Amino acid sequence: MAWVTWRQQRLTVAGLVTVLGAVSLYLLFIGQQARSLNGVAGHSLTLTAALFQVIPALIGAFVGAPVLAKELETGTFRYTWTQGFGRARWTVATLAPLAVAVTVLAGAVGFLFSWCYSPLIGGHYGSNLLDGNTFDLHGVTFAAWTLTAFSIGVLAGILIRRVIPAMLATMVAWSGLAVVTGVFLRPHYEAPLVSSKPTLPSTDWVMSQWWTRGGKPVSSSAIDQVLQKAGATVNGGSVTQSPGSALGNMSPTQYLLHHGFTQFQSYQPASRFWPFQWIEGGWLFALSLLLMGTAVWLVHRRAT
Amino acid sequence: MNVIEATGLGKRYGSTWALRECSLAIPPGHVVALVGPNGAGKTTLLNLAVGLTAPSAGTVTVLGDARAGSPAARDGIAFVAQDAPLHQNLSVADMLHLTRNLNLHFDQGYAEARLAELAIPLNRKSGKLSGGQQAQLALTLALSRRPQLLVLDEPMSSLDPLARHDFMATVMAAVADDGVSVVLSSHALAELERVADYLVILSNGSVQVAGEVDDLLACHRVFSGPDDEANRYAEHLDVVHALHSKAQTHLLIRTDGSTNPVPPGWKARQISLEELALAYLREPDAASLPGPSRARQLEPTEVAR
Repeated sequence: MAWVTWRQQRLTVAGLVTVLGAVSLYLLFIGQQARSLNGVAGHSLTLTAALFQVIPALIGAFVGAPVLAKELETGTFRYTWTQGFGRARWTVATLAPLAVAVTVLAGAVGFLFSWCYSPLIGGHYGSNLLDGNTFDLHGVTFAAWTLTAFSIGVLAGILIRRVIPAMLATMVAWSGLAVVTGVFLRPHYEAPLVSSKPTLPSTDWVMSQWWTRGGKPVSSSAIDQVLQKAGATVNGGSVTQSPGSALGNMSPTQYLLHHGFTQFQSYQPASRFWPFQWIEGGWLFALSLLLMGTAVWLVHRRAT
Repeated sequence: MNVIEATGLGKRYGSTWALRECSLAIPPGHVVALVGPNGAGKTTLLNLAVGLTAPSAGTVTVLGDARAGSPAARDGIAFVAQDAPLHQNLSVADMLHLTRNLNLHFDQGYAEARLAELAIPLNRKSGKLSGGQQAQLALTLALSRRPQLLVLDEPMSSLDPLARHDFMATVMAAVADDGVSVVLSSHALAELERVADYLVILSNGSVQVAGEVDDLLACHRVFSGPDDEANRYAEHLDVVHALHSKAQTHLLIRTDGSTNPVPPGWKARQISLEELALAYLREPDAASLPGPSRARQLEPTEVAR
């Protein structure tokens, strides 16, 4: 059956290999540059990283969505689903090789991205890897997000039954899931650590900070009042110190620390990067299997 | 062993019943014509029989007692859907390969011989074939599976007269050679007359007429006579349909044997399958069914004005 899937999907697979191959070549080039020029290429990588975000969505739309939607739209399901092989088996035989191909290729690109990015970690460019727009481009998560997009596409295909609307729905649903995950889920994969150290490594992901004095929390407006008394101008979140004020040469933070305040920060340490990768990759992989399983079940019992 | 047997079969889409209370038993060894107006439920019935659709009510079994859509049913039934859907981007050879891989039985020799006879090149993309060639390819793929039952949904709707003739010739050759049973839905009444020996008429989602063509023709007659006597006679006859022309009335009647005496001054004649089908299609309330359901259905039919 692999032969049959290959004959049917060879154009799709060729497109997939072409796009991911081009991305890989680009990453190889940038990775070499980053090593030889000591991180100068980091800027262009950070810029293109944002573009890479759309790759899983495109794969979901162009590879995943048409698999079932095209059969339903063109009516060929009336041929394939009535052959002796059976429609559920046929669907599995079509989906499985594509899902594996998509995951393996995306995983290769993801690990290439990690390799490319590694000279920048801890430098001025990478800041932290957990937050921001590159976490889901690395090794495990890139493969998992791509497989998720593929699975969303497959399910959208059987639900919507038309190629173009299914492609659009895939991109919208995938983007929604990616945003919700980044904002609401990823910060909570593990309970954040709390530190009273005044400075944390820039690679850690600081999530919130607050002040205490004598073990009691101090509200931010109280902090503002203290700073204003010391002669600083507080405007929104920014503090400007007027010359000759009580702050002297100290920064506002130093001033507060000096006057018995303690700053606490909750953060995810950079060492959690790979655990977080596996956590996100794991649940996305499980979600993908669930979505594809649902699609196969719908094919099995679909009443046309 | 009936090739298709439906009991109280129904299919609902939303709040509309596409097929309702459909009970039907089609014996093997026939070429069955499934006739009915658009929206009568022909495609729905065929989709239920090949397992593409699940019934909302009742049951349908095929090839004896196989559940429609079960592995045994899929192995024994080949289905060509309306407009013969094929994978447009696959070549003819690839379609053969695909069909061979998707089925337990596939007669590659038959398929290649048929395609050679039809002058369909193996390396051409399915999508580049003419409509007639696509229909022939779909039919050849279906027959190469050596099915017990061949189901064709509107196989000739998009074909020109020559292609229709060639298509039906392929079907009839398979019937003669392998004894395959055939169920086909069609609007082309004149063409069905040549090939079908069993007629099923669907109307408004239920079975109106079912039976062997010879039996149906034997128990129907057209009586023609003067207009003014028509109503008087119609009361004593089982009239399916009445057609009034200049001073003459043509009554299509059911004779239940051939004992009905022809009234004096009237003429009786045999009818054709096409006439019979048209008469029933014009009278959706009339029914001619075998077995016990017949008594129930045989209510007095109105004479059409």
